[in-house]
This record gives sequence, C-alpha cells and structure tokens, in this order.
Amino acid sequence: MLQNMPFWPARASTSANNVDALFIFLVVVSALMTALIFTMVIYFAVRYRKQAGRQAEQIEGSHALEITWSVIPFCVFMVFFAWGAYVYFRERTPPPNSAEVYTVAKQWMWKFEHIEGQREINELHVPVGRDVKMIMTSQDVIHSFFVPAFRVKQDVLPGRYTVAWFHPTKAGTYHLFCAEYCGTSHSGMIGSVVVMEPKDYEAWLTGGGNQPLAVTGERLFSELGCGTCHRTDTQGRGPNLVGVFGKPVLLEDGRTLTADENYIRESITDPSTKVVRGFKPVMPTFQGQISDEQLNALVAYVKSLGQAQSTQTGGKSMAAVTPETK
Amino acid sequence: MATAVVETGERETYLNREYGIKSWLLTVDHKRIALLYLASITLFFFIGGFFALLIRLELLTPAGDLVQADTYNKLFTMHGQVMVFFFLIPAVPAVLGNFLIPLMIGAKDLAFPRINLLSWYLYIIGGILMLYTILAGGVDTGWTFYTPLSTEFLNSHVITAGLAVFVAGFSSILTGLNFVVTTHRMRAPGMTWSRLPLFVWAHYATSIIQLLGTPVLAITLVLVVCERLFHLGIFNPSLGGDPLLFQHLFWFYSHPAVYIMILPGMGIISEIVCCFSRKRIFGYQAMAMALLGIAVVGFLVWAHHMFVAGISVYAAIIFSLLSYFVAVPSAIKVFNWTATMYKGSITYQTPMLYAFGFVGLFTIGGLTGLFLASLGVDIHVTDTYFVVAHFHYIMVGGMVMAYLAGMHFWWPKISGRMYPEGWGRLAALIVFLGFNLTFFPQFILGYMGMPRRYWDYSRAPEFQILNVLSTAGATILAVGYLLPMVYFLWSMRYGKPAPDNPWNAAGLEWTAPSPPTTFNFDQQPVVSWEAYNYDEIKQEVPVAQ
Repeated sequence: MLQNMPFWPARASTSANNVDALFIFLVVVSALMTALIFTMVIYFAVRYRKQAGRQAEQIEGSHALEITWSVIPFCVFMVFFAWGAYVYFRERTPPPNSAEVYTVAKQWMWKFEHIEGQREINELHVPVGRDVKMIMTSQDVIHSFFVPAFRVKQDVLPGRYTVAWFHPTKAGTYHLFCAEYCGTSHSGMIGSVVVMEPKDYEAWLTGGGNQPLAVTGERLFSELGCGTCHRTDTQGRGPNLVGVFGKPVLLEDGRTLTADENYIRESITDPSTKVVRGFKPVMPTFQGQISDEQLNALVAYVKSLGQAQSTQTGGKSMAAVTPETK
Repeated sequence: MATAVVETGERETYLNREYGIKSWLLTVDHKRIALLYLASITLFFFIGGFFALLIRLELLTPAGDLVQADTYNKLFTMHGQVMVFFFLIPAVPAVLGNFLIPLMIGAKDLAFPRINLLSWYLYIIGGILMLYTILAGGVDTGWTFYTPLSTEFLNSHVITAGLAVFVAGFSSILTGLNFVVTTHRMRAPGMTWSRLPLFVWAHYATSIIQLLGTPVLAITLVLVVCERLFHLGIFNPSLGGDPLLFQHLFWFYSHPAVYIMILPGMGIISEIVCCFSRKRIFGYQAMAMALLGIAVVGFLVWAHHMFVAGISVYAAIIFSLLSYFVAVPSAIKVFNWTATMYKGSITYQTPMLYAFGFVGLFTIGGLTGLFLASLGVDIHVTDTYFVVAHFHYIMVGGMVMAYLAGMHFWWPKISGRMYPEGWGRLAALIVFLGFNLTFFPQFILGYMGMPRRYWDYSRAPEFQILNVLSTAGATILAVGYLLPMVYFLWSMRYGKPAPDNPWNAAGLEWTAPSPPTTFNFDQQPVVSWEAYNYDEIKQEVPVAQ
C-alpha cells in the first residue's frame, strides 16, 4: 500500500518493513498526543477567555494529575524504546551466512569489492533475497553509508571497520547517499544500489573474470612474507592463522576477545597493541605501507583459512544461493 | 539602537541617567549590559538569518546553481555557528535574564557587575573573531567541527572559528556563574526559593549547565586546534587518535547546550501563561523540579547523537533509554502549562500568542525527538532533514518563539514604551505560519531520505516540491522576524509611554518603574507573597489599545 504513496520512500529490504512499521506507530501515537494537547489548549483558550463577571479560579496543582501525566507518557515512551531497540538490535546483527562486500569510502566516492573479486565504483549490485553484509572503512574522513530504500545507515570511519547489513526484497535501482558531511563534494558522493533477480545477478557476476578477493589476499600474504612467521604449524614466531577467525583469542595481558575483522585489521596496522599470549611483540607495523584495499584482501584471506567450504572465496559470496531463494 | 534614549519626562531612569558612548561601554548596570547584548545578538541573528536565506534559495532547485559547493558548505557551517553560539545560547539569558533576574528577586544588580561587563566583552571578542572568520573567507567544518575533517582535510579558517567559539564560551560560563551566585546571595528578604518566579528557576538550571558543560567544549576545541596546528594524534586515526572521542566530547557539551537554549524559554512561557490566564502556575513545585531534572538528566544522553557513528549496540540501548527519561519532565511542563489555562481568564495579547505557538511547536519538536531517540527509526532518519526539522522546531519554534514572547512581554519595562499591539499580533501570526511552512515539509523530506548538508540534489529530483515549500516558508518567516525589529525601534520614539505594570502582572519586576532606575528599587523590597499571586491581583489585563 505504501509502495506507491507519494512522499514515501521505496521499500526494498526487510528492515524497511520493520522501520516503517515502527515509524507509523510513532506517527499515530504522536499525532494522538499532539491532538490531545492542541485540543486542550484551544478549548481552554476559547472556553476560559476573559468574560465579564467571571474571575479566574485559582488551582494550586495536583500531584495525582501530575503523576498521571508522567506515568502514562513514560509507559508509552518505554514502548517506543523497546520496539526501537529491538529493530536496532536486529539491524546491527548481520546473519551469520551473509554475503560480504568490502567497502572503501573516500572523498568523494564509494569503492566496493565483492568477495568474488568484482570491483565497482559508486554502484553496487546485489541479488534479491540474499543477506548482504557491508564491511566498510574510510581512507580519509568519516562518511556514512545510507540507502533510504533499505532504511540502512552506518557511519564509515577511517582506521577501522564498521558493518551494516540488509536483505533486499525487490529488484530496482535505489539511491546510495553519503550521509555524513565529508567536505566539498559531500552531495556528490552518491551512487546507486542495483538490486537484481538472482538469475540476472549470476549473469552479471560471471561477466567479470576477476580473481576472488581471498586469492588476491593469499598472493599478498606471500609477497609480504607473512608466511615466514605465521606458519601453518605451531613452530612460527607468530600465531598460526588457520581457523582463527571468529574464535576467541587469549591476549598477553589476560584479556580474551573474538578475532573479528577489526581485530585482524588492527593486528596488521598496529600489531603490538593486542598480542596473543605466548608470542612476542616482534611483528612490524604495516600502517601506511599497504592500502585499505590490500588490507581488505588480507582480511578476506585470513578469514578464508580453515573454512572448509569457501577456502577459495574467503567469506560468503552472493552466488552461493541459499535454499530459501531457490 | 543602544544609544537611543527614551524621553520619559523628568524622571531619572537607567536610560537617561548618563549619556554618551562611554556611559554605555563602561557601564556595570545589568540593564544597560542587557541592552548591549540585545544589540549584539540581534546583529548576529540577522547575519545567521541571512545565511539561512541563501541556503534556502540554493535548495529551491535541485542543481547546485546559486553558489559554489564550498560556499554552500560555508553557509550552513556559519549559519549554525553564528546562530548556536552567538544567538541561541546567549539570547535569553544574557538579554532578558540579565535585565530581569535582579528585578525579579529584588536586587540592585547581579552579584558581580564588573564580571557581567567582562562577559559582554568576551562575547564581543568572540564575535569579532567570528566576523573575521566570515570576512576572511569562512569556515566549512559544519557547526559540529567533526574530526578528522576539521583537523586535517579542510583549508578554511577552522582555527579562528574554533577560537571564536572558545572565547564566547567563557562569556557563557561567567554569565552562568553570575546568575548562580546572584540567585543564592542576592534575594530580597522574604524571597524564598519557593517564591522564586519560574523564570529565575529556569535560569538557575541553565547556569548550572553553562558552568559544568561549557569547559568541556572549550577543552575539546583546544584539542582540535592542537591537532590541526601541531599534529598531535588525538582524534585522527592516522596519527593514532580516535574520531569517536571527539564526538563524545563535543556532544557532552552540545547536547546539554540544547537545554541552555530551551530552559530559559520555558521560564518565559511560564511567566506569560500565568499572567494572561490570571492564574498561579499549575504545580509550581513540579515545574521547578522539572527544570532541574532536565538540566541533570540532560547530561546523560549525549551519545544519542551517535547511534550510527560506530558505538556499541549496548551503549546505544542505554543512551536511548536515558533519552526517554529526559522526555518525562518535558511532558510534565507541557501538561502543566495547559492545565494552568484551565478555568483561567484568558486574553490574547501578543506575548500570549507566542506562548500558544511555543506550546504547540515545542510539543511537535519534543515528540519528534522521541522518534530520534527510538533506535530503529533513528538509523533511517538521523543525518537527514528529519533531524534538521526536529531541532528547528525546538530551537526556532521553541526558543525563538519564547524569546519573542519575552521581548514583547517585558519591552514596556525595558524601553518604557508600548509596542503597537496590532502589529505585534500580526507578526506573531506570520512567524507561526512561516515557521511551519518552512520546517514541516522537512520532516517528510527526511523520511524520504534527503541527507543534511547537501548542496545539490539533482540525482533525486523527487525532493524538489517539498524544498520549494520550505523556501517559500522561509521568506514568510523572514518578514515575520523583520516586523518586530521595525516596530520595536519605532516604539522607542513613538510608542505610548508604558505604565509600570501594563499587564497587571505578578512579580517584583513590575513594581519597579518603567523603565527602572539604575538601582531598580527606591527601597529594599520585602516579599510576603507567593509567586504568581493572581488571586491577590484582582485587576485583569487591560484591553489592548
């Protein structure tokens, strides 16, 4: 119904439905509250206007009333809060089998690299019916990945990864905006997200002939000599990286953390910050020596290690069609 | 306008006691300093308003055609910085607060008259730095100075703009300090805390925020300047810094700053609703505590500006919850103002019309704030025109409406002259209509997905209709703001001389002559009545001429 309503943004993802439902609820409740207050103000202003022979009646106040109009709004607010938190939590938790797209934002363009190796600028192709996880970083200032039709927005920061995900439901071409002011051509840092039927997407995908990101990463890994220390046995001067992604890591200072994309990235750019227990901080930093794209390839490669199914792709690809879309 | 002296017969007033430019620039009279502020904030209001008009004209068409992209970025940056730091924050406290607090509590002046004058000079030094920044070519960081954009990637006058805000911040701190000490130490005999007008309570709460919050902004701006000049790695990740740290520090001040802007306005509205309803405020105690509650809880909600910035899910959930807590006292205030009108004897003079406008627009601004506090919706609407519309409903629909309400209400006391009531009502109506036409379409634009700070939207021409409406509204709004400027100036010469208490209002300030003498009261007032004792003031508001 809302699809063709004027002044309503296109709805092309599962979260669009969730956000719209919450938004409409907020609009209705707020409209009722506004109507209540406006009606009272206007009614009192007219009914109790100055009239000959009538004086204002002094009323000190009423704690009972004050408690009523604190507690009732508070309960309504808590519904706003809980529903909002639920939608947010879902939007911030990418499903485990999401296809992955590495994104590098810079003044003033979006660079995307699919796990299969396809590279795009200011245009992103994704299939209907697949969870897509954006692993994003910026080369310079803060940007923000915003696709109104998906109701998705996530700031993109220099020096770390941030993540967004969506599940497209409807083929079409949608706006991609940068939503965080980033300098002169902020309003030119726009593009489109092209949502395709799975079949069309497969055809688009095979058109390239690129090598998968993890393969690029593997080549880099050997070119940079990472394998000298990060050996695939237990004898290396650095930890064995096979199967490390997604697993808990015990650090030298006693903390435990999960080896996610950000940890792998940080271990390359700033290796002495979080050293794995039992190892010495001997690794040199690669900060400034490799580009964000190369970092992405290395991260994709490390992720691919020890993943039986997708060793060649380093992450879940969009071509791997899940049962529900067939 | 500051040097125009009003002739009020033979009686000596603060306006005609001394003449000459020196008597103004070296004055320590809180009322004269208030007028110095009035002249200076009015100047900045029209500078900021001029930038806003250029922004609206650029957005009339989708293509970026009126000004260059960099120019546009400078326009919205300087519109924000001028309006926030040089108009909204000082406007009510430094003009009306300065003028009225001593009169309302029965004091001769503020506790530190010389520091009061120093505040104005600091404001002027900051203002000159800001004007220099504008004339030297401007600054394009956005009013938020986000790093690392501001510290490494821009070539505009970031440092002078930062210093301008830094210096003006000290003016704000000193005004807050002065008000806190004055409220504690200078109250007339019998003027107990529970008899203080809510206007004074509102300024007391505001002053606490100014004292505790502003230093954090000052430090943050110093860090920005250090990173920019000396490349210290504080916020820039390529130097080892953290850009989110900047946002935490910046919003730790700049969210409470929203309450610096709106709480004094709430104080004004309380005075006016009572006077024109001829009633004591409904629930005095709750109203005073709600002001303090907003000031305190307002310090705990800053990260709701950062829900998509990359903070943890759990931090976001906590800050969302706390943001709803701060909404409760705001709701109490709206309901209590409404209840104050119940069984009143209401008249519709200009200040009351603005107060009606305030209650309506603040309600809409407040409720749309709840949309932004709701995490799921915030993801979609943050950094879009929805946010722009929301905070303009609070700051322009709320704060500027309240400021105009207060200016009309106390203008007879300040100038000794009546403004023309018919023109006043007309202007109030124009402001209300123009405001809604300007900003309501922006809510819809925001939900459609139009991002903030876009110079060019030619790839999304579907945004144009609403932008045209908004620009049309802005021109109407401009007329509504120019009118009071004209008739206030006119009334200083041609207005009817004002009686001491033209509204038959409660409150000590109305027992002083209009305009007051330099030391406000001939004898030390002794207070033996509660605030808003309209049951003892039997006369109604005189019928407008």
